[in-house]
Amino acid sequence: MPGALLRKLEFVDRRWLFLMMACAIVIPLIFPVPLPIAVTDMVQDLYDSIEDLPEGSVVLVSVDYDPTGKPELEPFHVALFHQIARKKLRMVIVSLWSPAPPLTEQVIAEVGLETTYGMERGVDFVHLGFKEGRQIVMESMGRSLRQTFPVDRDRTPVSEIPLMQEVDKYDDFAMLINISAGSPGVKEYVQVVQSQYGIKMTGACTAVSGPDYVPYYDSGQMLGLAAGMKGAAEYEVLVGLPGSATAGMVAQSTTHLLLVAFIVFGNVMFFLARKRRS
Amino acid sequence: MKRAVSLTLTFIAGFLMMADFFVPHASFRGVVAEVRQWGLIVVAFTYVLGVANVAQVHGRRISRRESDWFNSIVLVGSMAGMAGLGIFHSHDSPDSPFIWLFNHVYDPLSSTMFALLAFFITSAAYRAFRARSVEAALLLGAAILVMLGQVPVGAAIWGGEDAFLGGFPGIKDWIMSVPNMAAKRAILMGAALGAISTGIRVILGIERAHLGGGG
Repeated sequence: MPGALLRKLEFVDRRWLFLMMACAIVIPLIFPVPLPIAVTDMVQDLYDSIEDLPEGSVVLVSVDYDPTGKPELEPFHVALFHQIARKKLRMVIVSLWSPAPPLTEQVIAEVGLETTYGMERGVDFVHLGFKEGRQIVMESMGRSLRQTFPVDRDRTPVSEIPLMQEVDKYDDFAMLINISAGSPGVKEYVQVVQSQYGIKMTGACTAVSGPDYVPYYDSGQMLGLAAGMKGAAEYEVLVGLPGSATAGMVAQSTTHLLLVAFIVFGNVMFFLARKRRS
Repeated sequence: MKRAVSLTLTFIAGFLMMADFFVPHASFRGVVAEVRQWGLIVVAFTYVLGVANVAQVHGRRISRRESDWFNSIVLVGSMAGMAGLGIFHSHDSPDSPFIWLFNHVYDPLSSTMFALLAFFITSAAYRAFRARSVEAALLLGAAILVMLGQVPVGAAIWGGEDAFLGGFPGIKDWIMSVPNMAAKRAILMGAALGAISTGIRVILGIERAHLGGGG
C-alpha cells in the first residue's frame, strides 16, 4: 500500500468517523429491522421474582437515575410499572437522586397508572420524592420510612396517606426494586440494606455498571438484574410491551459492529504503518 | 481546640453507628436514630455550602473578568433561576415553570452531553485501542467478543444452541461470569477491607485528612 494512502488512512479525519457513527445510530432508528432478543437468566429471574409476588403486596421502588441514564433505564422503568400495575401490586417510590422525581412523574403519566390502570395515588402507590443523605437515608428508612419522609412529593403528610399506614420499615415490603445509574444505587442498597435487613432485592442498572453488580446476583443477594438497554429490551420482551429499548437494540447492534470494524481496521493500519516505518 | 472537637464528634458518631449493629436495646436505637436525623439535617446544609461556594468562586471570576467569565454568568444565573422557581413556585404540576425547564432544557441538555460519549468512543476505537502488547491484544480480543455477544446481531452472526461454545453470546457469558466475576469479586473484597480500615482510622483519629490537615 502506498505510504501516503497508508498515512491518510491511519490518521483519517475524525469527522468522517463521527459521520459514520451518526449514520449507524440514526438509520436503524428510522428504518428498524426486527432482531430476535434472547432473554438471559438474570432478567428472567428478575421478571419471575416480581411475577411470583402475591397480589396486593407492597414493593419499595427506589428510582436513582438522571436524564443521562434515561435511554438505558427509562424503558425498564416503564415496563416495570406496567408489570406492577398488571400484577395489582402496590408500591412506594423514593429517590436518592435529585433529578429522579420529575422523571418518575413522566413515567407514571406515560404508563397511565392512574388513567389506564385506575391506580389511586396514596392508596395503590405513593411517590415520596427525593431525600438527600445517600446511605444515611437508606439506614434511616430501615428504622422508620415515615420519619425519614414525613411528607410525600406533593407535601401531603404521610400520616394522611392510607398506604403509608401499612408500611414503615423494610420488613413491611415484599421486595426492594432499585433502578440505578450509579452511586447511591445498587451497590449501596446491597451493602447497607439487603445484607443487613435481608429484604428481597432486584433492580436495573446501566450497562457500564452491570459487570460490577453481577457478583451480587451470583451470590443470591439480588434475585435478578437488568443491565443496560439490552437488559431493558429483554425485560420488555417478557412484559410483552416492546418499547424504546427493543427499538434501540438495532441501533446498538450496528454501532457495536461499526466499533469492532474501527478497532480491527485501525489496528491493521497501525501495524502496516509500523512495518513500513521499521 | 477546633481539631479536638472535630475528632471527638467523629469518634462519637462513628462509634454510635458501629455499636448500632450490636446493641439491639430500644433506648440505644432511639439515640442512634436521633443522631441519624441530625446527619440528614447536616447533609441538607451542605447544599447551602455548595451554593455559597459556587456563588463565591464564580462571583469572583465575573468581578475580575477572568477567562470564560461569561459562562460563569450563565451558570450563576441558571442556578439562581432554577432555585428561585423551585422555592417560590409549586413544582407539583407538569405545567409549572420549574418542571417545564427540567423537561425541556435540563433533560435534553444532559442527554445530549452523555450522547457525545458515543463519538469519543468512536474516535478512541479507531485511534487508541491498539494491540501494542500481548496484554493489550487479550483485552482487545475480549472486548470485541463481549461487544458482539452483547447485541442481538452477534447471535445472528454466530449463535444458537448448536453453535460451538454457544457462539458469541456463549463466549460473552463465559468471559463475564468467570474471569470478569473473579476480578470484580477481588476488587469488591479489597475495596471493602480498605473501607473498613479507613473507617477505623478515621473514627480513632489516626486518619485526619478530612479535617484539612495531612493524613
